Amino acid sequence: MLLELEGIQKNFGGVPALKRGDLRVKAGEVHALVGENGAGKSTLMKIVAGMLERDGGVMKWRGEGVHLRRPADAHAIGISMVHQESLLAAHLTVAENIFLGRELSTGPLMDQRRMEKETAALIEERNFPLQANWRVEELSPAQKQLVEICRALHSASSLLIFDEPTSSLSESETVEVFKIVRSLRERGMGIIYITHRLDELPEIAGRITILRDGDTVHSGNFSDLTTAEVVHHMVGREVSRVYEREPLAPGREVLKVRLPGANFSVHAGEIVGIAGLMGAGRTELCQTIFGITPAAEGSISIEGTATEIRSPRNAVDAGIALITEDRQKTGLALPLPLRENVTLANMDAVSRLGFVLNSKEQRVAEDSRQKLSIQASSIEQPAGRLSGGNQQKIVIAKWLFRDARILLFDEPTRGIDVGAKAEVFALMDELAREGKAVVMVSSELPEILQVADRILVMRDGEIVTELPRQTTQQEIMRYAAVGK
Amino acid sequence: MNIRAGMLQRLLPFFSLITLFIFLSIASPHFFTAINLSSVVRQTAVINIMALGMTLVIVSGGIDLSVGAILAFSGTMGTMCMVAGWGMGTGMLAAVLCGAMWGFANGFLTVSLKIPPFIVTLGTLGIARGVTLIISGGLPVSGLPDEFRFLGEGTIGPVPTVLPVLLVCAVLTYVILHSTKLGRYAYAIGSNKAAAVYAGIPVAGYTIAVYAISGMLTGVSSMIEASRLMTGQPTAGQGYELLVIAAVVIGGGSLSGGEGSVVGTLIGAFIMGLLANGSDLLGINPYVQQAIIGAVIIIAVALDEARKRRFTG
Repeated sequence: MLLELEGIQKNFGGVPALKRGDLRVKAGEVHALVGENGAGKSTLMKIVAGMLERDGGVMKWRGEGVHLRRPADAHAIGISMVHQESLLAAHLTVAENIFLGRELSTGPLMDQRRMEKETAALIEERNFPLQANWRVEELSPAQKQLVEICRALHSASSLLIFDEPTSSLSESETVEVFKIVRSLRERGMGIIYITHRLDELPEIAGRITILRDGDTVHSGNFSDLTTAEVVHHMVGREVSRVYEREPLAPGREVLKVRLPGANFSVHAGEIVGIAGLMGAGRTELCQTIFGITPAAEGSISIEGTATEIRSPRNAVDAGIALITEDRQKTGLALPLPLRENVTLANMDAVSRLGFVLNSKEQRVAEDSRQKLSIQASSIEQPAGRLSGGNQQKIVIAKWLFRDARILLFDEPTRGIDVGAKAEVFALMDELAREGKAVVMVSSELPEILQVADRILVMRDGEIVTELPRQTTQQEIMRYAAVGK
Repeated sequence: MNIRAGMLQRLLPFFSLITLFIFLSIASPHFFTAINLSSVVRQTAVINIMALGMTLVIVSGGIDLSVGAILAFSGTMGTMCMVAGWGMGTGMLAAVLCGAMWGFANGFLTVSLKIPPFIVTLGTLGIARGVTLIISGGLPVSGLPDEFRFLGEGTIGPVPTVLPVLLVCAVLTYVILHSTKLGRYAYAIGSNKAAAVYAGIPVAGYTIAVYAISGMLTGVSSMIEASRLMTGQPTAGQGYELLVIAAVVIGGGSLSGGEGSVVGTLIGAFIMGLLANGSDLLGINPYVQQAIIGAVIIIAVALDEARKRRFTG
């Protein structure tokens, strides 16, 4: 047995990200690690790779207890990780990247030639389409992934962790990665393969471990499981509902989207959910509708009129609001007070001839604070000082004051507590009842099932199906992960 | 986060100014005299008014390295108009318009080429300097009407003329920053440009406006500078950009945008003015003066960073 993990725990700021991580990996096997977004896969692997320190549990390497404090400790015993997002220095060459942090030198000088030679040998041995002296910024995502792999191999590992290696790769590049994984297995290396694309598993997985909500729910041979069983383990039983919504009869068509891979309409009074795995293109779809990345082809109609949306400004003028995934980065001006954040998208309504009408603005902000019960000491409190839930309410208040007709919520409950979640859902329901068209992107399947009237499932940048609100998490997951 | 400590640090520039003032009053008998204080106001007015414009720019998350060169260009053009006999009013108007034009160019290049303003204004600094030298042939513009001296060196009653000019500029900038959409958007763009774009704000247009207003204020400064020297100097304003940025930063402006105030900037400019004046009075070598001002900038920014870390952390 190469690696044994038992009851690994990790908390972030008091919140458990990993409650019980169990994993046993043998030499010469590909061990698949699957789970939904946020199940704790990456956290567990970062602990194995020495990027995070565990808070509890036992880690054994070749039968002996180890404690890794930094990535170098992991390298030293032969554990390497191929990262999902390329952690390469773009301006350096392939060779320089592979030897980054462990440069060869003669005396005080680096031995450039020897590093390039060793890199060339490494590349040649595996027939990779690379050259030692190519600059990384000129490489394709797949080639970068190969450089990452070379780097991991170069540290002569006995355990290699792949963190969703195919998420940025094309079909043919994916096949290449599979080949590499298999050849490494044949050489007797242990491989942990993180993925949430279940269709990849039959290609490579020997054994499988499934995580859910930071807990290890299943571990065994992959061939003993059906896809349905894997999905079942991933999502578990129905989670208790924090919020129950009565759908209403949809009104007129407010938003009609005709884009390559995304054909759908949203009606007044309706909440449409968009589900899918990370990287399925849900956020990108919202950004296209909102004009951040305007579509090259296709059309968007609002209230029956084709509308050209080339910028967020066009979108806002057309009555579209985007409540972004990351409110700190794109939703709020954190140092500015609640008052200024609420009126930011509609200054014309609280100014005359360019001058701000202070008392009117204060009234608007105060009304918003009360209507949405935003917990703040006053409307002058900087947005950055409020809790996640209250920040989210400010963003919503901003768009309500702008009188948006179409509201796109991208992961509206990310980073907010259960109580605030219920409030946000209630708000979304109220908006729908007022006749607005609401779109909700969420990775939290129970939430989508509670809130949405119907659910669009995206996979690889396309809407693959539409499901009614009575559907199940398993059904959604099946389409999201397998596509059919 | 301790709000009171945050307040205290916000007021730090003000207390520093008062302390410096009291210290100099005690240390030198020549400091607290009408003549000396008038001369402090005159000496700092140019930097002060430019710093008001720079406050707008820095609040919006930008920077303008070309202000010194704009000062030279505007001053040269304004004085050339006067010497050509078009009148003082026309000359001053020309200077302000020249400033606005360069500011517009800075803003326009920044938003249309999507180049960081640091680079754009480093470029326009060179261009404006070069053009100024070409137009003037490198020679100072002299032969200005005698009445022109009134702006920079004259007094209204006991008060130096530049003081009311400075106050008017300060009040206007204050109103723009705190009571207009433009000011609000400047803070919003500086705090979080992405959020401003997502809110549908025409960020490009407002960014250009901010640079143009800053340029206009530099145009005003150029006339004061020219009036004090009674010539249009094509080489005027060398290194002023650093003094101007330092005034804003000492006054609490943040180079990462979203923070800065008119009152803070005025205090920042006067702190630098007093440091220079005090050093002169106390007979401190001018080389040492430069080092002192440099140290003050680092201390001010270090304190600002410490305060912000507490805000976000």
